[in-house]
Amino acid sequence: MEEAVGVHADRYLNRIYTERELADCAGSPERLAARFAAKEAALKVLRPADEGVGWKSIEVVRDPAGWVDLRLSGRAAALAAEAGATSFAVSLTHEGAYASAVVVAELEGRRGT
Amino acid sequence: MTDEIRQIIREHARLPVDVDTLADDADLFQAGMTSHASVSVMLALEDAFDLEFPDRMLKRSVFESIAAIRAALTELNEEAAA
Repeated sequence: MEEAVGVHADRYLNRIYTERELADCAGSPERLAARFAAKEAALKVLRPADEGVGWKSIEVVRDPAGWVDLRLSGRAAALAAEAGATSFAVSLTHEGAYASAVVVAELEGRRGT
Repeated sequence: MTDEIRQIIREHARLPVDVDTLADDADLFQAGMTSHASVSVMLALEDAFDLEFPDRMLKRSVFESIAAIRAALTELNEEAAA
């Protein structure tokens, strides 16, 4: 993450993250990495087949109480609607050089992760 | 164009193998390129070729091989010239 930001700087950040995500991360590479992991996990749940989904159409929104939610827009939101995804749950974690995320969606009566 | 693509992959894809050992149609993700590294490759390609990949091209198949990348760049250049 540090390398990506160092090499591509604002172009990388503005391409992948929304303004709100950047504000929440406050430059922390760990938080950025965890949010990237969440976007990847969400894509795997949405299963867009062979179509492009903008990175910022999947947004990780931080609640002041500490948890995070996913907010979908554009093509990501459309895919969720097509799949009948009624709700998403996301959990982030980061420690040292590692960050990970889990996304669970309720899909019309069956669960996808 | 292919040589430049290979150089970008060499510098940004973080492959555990030498890109020179990969055929143009070799799967870069199977060769070890992660999703995050593919973003770095994408940005480097945009810098090098002075273009921007639209959202519709932000998909695995566009970056899965040197040949696929070359085809995408050609398509974008043709669109820009039109």
